[in-house]
Amino acid sequence: MSTLLDIENLWVRFPTRNGIFDAVRGVSFSLGRERLGIVGESGSGKSMTGRAILRLIRHPGIVEADHINLHGENLLAKSERDMRKVRGEQISMVMQDPKFSLNPVMTIGDQLIEAHRLHAKATKAEARKKALEMLEAVSIRDPERVMGAYPHEMSGGMGQRIMIAMMLIPNPEILIADEPTSALDVSVQGQVLSIMDRLVKERGMGLIFISHDLNLVSQFCDRVLIMYAGRIVEVCDANRLHEAQHPYTRGLLGSLPRFDAPRPRLEVLQRDPSWRDAPSVEGRT
Amino acid sequence: MSMTSQTPPSSGGQSLRQWLLSDTPTSRRQARLSALYQGWLALRQNHMAMVGLAILVVLISIALFAPLIAPHDPFVQDLANRLQPLGSEGHLLGTDSLGRDILSRLIYGARITLYIVALVALIAPVVGLLVGTISGYAGGWTDVILMRITDIFLAFPRLVLALAFVAALGAGIENAVLAISLTAWPPYARMARAETLTIRSSDYISAIRLQGAGPLRIIIKHIWPLCISSLIVRVTLDMAGIILAAAGLGFLGLGAQPPSPEWGAMISEGRRFILDHWWVATMPGLAIFAVSLAFNLLGDGLRDVLDPKDSAS
Amino acid sequence: MNAALEINALNVYFGDHGALVHAVKSASLTVAKGASFGLVGESGSGKSTILKAITGLAPQWNGEIKVEGRPLGAKRDRNFYKTVQMVFQDPYASLHPRQSVDQVLSETLYLHGFRDIDDRVNQLLQDVGLGPAFRFRYPHQLSGGQRQRVAIARALAPQPDILLLDEPTSALDVSVQAEILNLLSDLRAAHGLTFVMVSHDLAVVAHMCDQAAVMQHGEILEVLSIDAMRAGQTAHPYTRTLLDASANRVA
Repeated sequence: MSTLLDIENLWVRFPTRNGIFDAVRGVSFSLGRERLGIVGESGSGKSMTGRAILRLIRHPGIVEADHINLHGENLLAKSERDMRKVRGEQISMVMQDPKFSLNPVMTIGDQLIEAHRLHAKATKAEARKKALEMLEAVSIRDPERVMGAYPHEMSGGMGQRIMIAMMLIPNPEILIADEPTSALDVSVQGQVLSIMDRLVKERGMGLIFISHDLNLVSQFCDRVLIMYAGRIVEVCDANRLHEAQHPYTRGLLGSLPRFDAPRPRLEVLQRDPSWRDAPSVEGRT
Repeated sequence: MSMTSQTPPSSGGQSLRQWLLSDTPTSRRQARLSALYQGWLALRQNHMAMVGLAILVVLISIALFAPLIAPHDPFVQDLANRLQPLGSEGHLLGTDSLGRDILSRLIYGARITLYIVALVALIAPVVGLLVGTISGYAGGWTDVILMRITDIFLAFPRLVLALAFVAALGAGIENAVLAISLTAWPPYARMARAETLTIRSSDYISAIRLQGAGPLRIIIKHIWPLCISSLIVRVTLDMAGIILAAAGLGFLGLGAQPPSPEWGAMISEGRRFILDHWWVATMPGLAIFAVSLAFNLLGDGLRDVLDPKDSAS
Repeated sequence: MNAALEINALNVYFGDHGALVHAVKSASLTVAKGASFGLVGESGSGKSTILKAITGLAPQWNGEIKVEGRPLGAKRDRNFYKTVQMVFQDPYASLHPRQSVDQVLSETLYLHGFRDIDDRVNQLLQDVGLGPAFRFRYPHQLSGGQRQRVAIARALAPQPDILLLDEPTSALDVSVQAEILNLLSDLRAAHGLTFVMVSHDLAVVAHMCDQAAVMQHGEILEVLSIDAMRAGQTAHPYTRTLLDASANRVA
C-alpha cells in the first residue's frame, strides 16, 4: 500500500501559567489509501493530532515533529502560504458541527462555487456545474434547491453532507474528519458515513476518522489508533477491535452499555498511571 | 478537613501563594480569595493594563494627598506673575491668567475628576443594570416599555441631552454629574438586557427555577453576578468619555464653576491665550488625556480577565 | 400498581401565534412508582419537551399531567419541586459558572427549607461519590463527570421521589458515562427513586430502564418493555429502524 502521509514523533505543546502542557506526546503513524480511525476520550489529543497535520493549532500552541511528510515532502518546512494550498487541494478537513463551518449569510451554492473557484481557474458556469455534481455525489436529491438555500435552512445531516461536498471539490487526496457525525442522529449518521465511505473508495482517498465512538470506528474504519493522554496506546485492525489487548481499550469497551447483552452494572475504567508514561506505539503498517 | 488548612498559613509548610492557587480549596474564604488571586495573576500578565492601573493609583494618591504635594495654594492669585512659562521659578508648569500655579491646580483638579468619575460610575451602571435585567428577565410588556424609554434617551446626542439637563437643573458640578449619569445609563441597560436574554435561557437558570426560586432571587443572585463583570469592563472603557463629557460641560461653563480647578474649566480659561501661552490650556488637556488613556488600558485588560464567556468554557 | 407519573393527551407548543410549533402531539404514558421509564427518539422528536412540560419550563401545554395522583395546574408549587427534580443534559451548561459547589447545594437546600445545611451538603457530596474535598470548588475546577455528579446532588437535595434525566450522559466520555450510569442505578436503589430518562442512545436506555416510549415528530409511536425491544417485538417500523441503527454494533 502506498503511503500518503507519514508522521514521525509529533508533539503539540501549549504553554500555560503552570508550565508547558503537552497535548500530543510523540506520536508516529502513517496513512495509506485507507480509512484510519483515531479513537480516544476527550483530552486524549486525537483532535489536536488531526489539526496539527494541517498546522491548524492556534497560537500559542506549538507543533513539533521530526517530519510530517506528504508524499515525502515535509509540511512543517512549508511556508504559511504554501500550507494554505495544501489545506485546500491536498488535505481537507470536516469538523463536527456544520453550523459553525458554513457562512450563515451566503447561500450554499455561492459558497460551493467560491470554494471551487479558489482552487481552479474556472468560469462561474463551470464552477456551478461542478458544485451541482458535488451535491449529487453526496446524495442530495434536489441540488438546485439546495444551491439557493442558506445554511440555517438545512438540517444537521444535510449541513454535514454539504460540508463534505465542499471539502471534496478540490479533489483532495486526504480527508480528515473530526467527529463528523457526532452531532447527527443515528439514522442520518449511517447515511453520511456511507457517503464518505463511497467517496473514499471511488476516489482512492486516505481518510483519517477521528471519533470518541468505538463502535462506529470499528464498523467504519480499516485500522484504528487508540490514543490516551497524548500517546497512541494501541494499534489494531478495526474488525478486530473487540480483541484489543491494552487494558485501556479493554476498559473502554467494557464500559459501554450493550443493547444485546444486558448486565446489572457497567465496568468502570480504572486508569493506571503507567499508561501515561508508556512510550507511544508506532502506528505504521 | 483539618483546622489548619482553613486559615492562611503564616510561615513554613505551604506558602500563601500555594494556598491561594490550590485546586482543592477547603473553605469558602479560600475559594473566593483564590478566584480573586487567579484574576489578579491574569491581569498582571497584561502589561498595558498594569500601566493603566499604575497611572490610576498615582492619580488617586495625588488626589488624596493634594495639600501635601501641591507647591502652592490653587486659589491664590498673583497678578504680577501671570502667564509665566513652563519651568519658571517656583512654577514648574507655569501660571495661568490670574497668576495661579497650574501644577497645584491640576493636583487639586484630580480630586474633582475622581469625584465626577466615582459618582457617574456609581449611578449610571446601577440604573442600567436594574432596567436591563428586569426588562430582559420579565419580557413582555415590561420589556417593551422599559426598552422604549431607553430608546428615547438614546435618540438624543449625549452632550446635547446633558446640556439640556444642566440647563434645567442649573450649572454646577453635582448637576453635571447627574446629567452625565442620566445620559450614560441607556447603553448599560441595553447591554445588561442582551446578556440577561442569553443567561435567562441557560440550563443553570432553569435548574434554579426547578428549586422554586423566585424572579427576584434569580435576577439578583444568579443574573447580576454574570452581568456585572462585563458592565465593569464597559464602565472603565467609558470612563474616558465621561471625563471628557465632564470637561466639556466645564469648558462650556456648565460644569464646575470658577475658581474651582476642574480640568475642563481650566482648558476653557486657557483658550483665550492659546496662541501666545499654549501651556495654560495644554497642561490640563494632557492630564485628561493621561487619565482617559489609563482607564482605557485598564478596561481592556479587565475585559480579558473578567469576560464570562471565556471563563465559562 | 401505583402510578408515579401519568400523562394523558399532552400537547406542548412553542413560540407565539405567528410561528407556533406543535412540539408534542397528544402524548400519553404512565410510569409506575419505582420504575425506570425511557423516552427514545431522534433530535426534535419532542422527548425532552415532555420533561420540560412536566417541570413547567415549557408553559404552553394542555392535556393532563398527574404526579402521584395529583393533577398539575399552570403553576408549580414548592411541594412539586420537592417531588420532581431534573438532571440536565450538559453539565458544562447546567452549573452557574460563578458559583462554587457549596453555593449551588446550599442555596438549593435553603430554598427547600432545610436548616442543617452544612451536614446535608457533605452528605449529598458523599452520596454522589465526590466527598468533602470538592465542596468549595468552582465548576471550572471540575471535570465533566464531576460536574454531572454535582448536578445530580443538586437534584437529590430536596429528596425527590421522581428524577427526570435529560440525556444525562450524552456530553460525557464513555468511561465517565459508565460511572454516572452506575451511580444513578445505585441512587435509585438506595432512595427508591422513579426515573424518567430521555436518551437518543438505545443501549443506554436499555441498560437503565425497564420500559420505553419511542417518539418521532412529537408523537409517541409505541410504548414497549425493554425485553420486547430486545426480542425485536416492535409494532412500529420506525422502532425497527432505530433498533437496526443501534443494535448491530460489535464491541
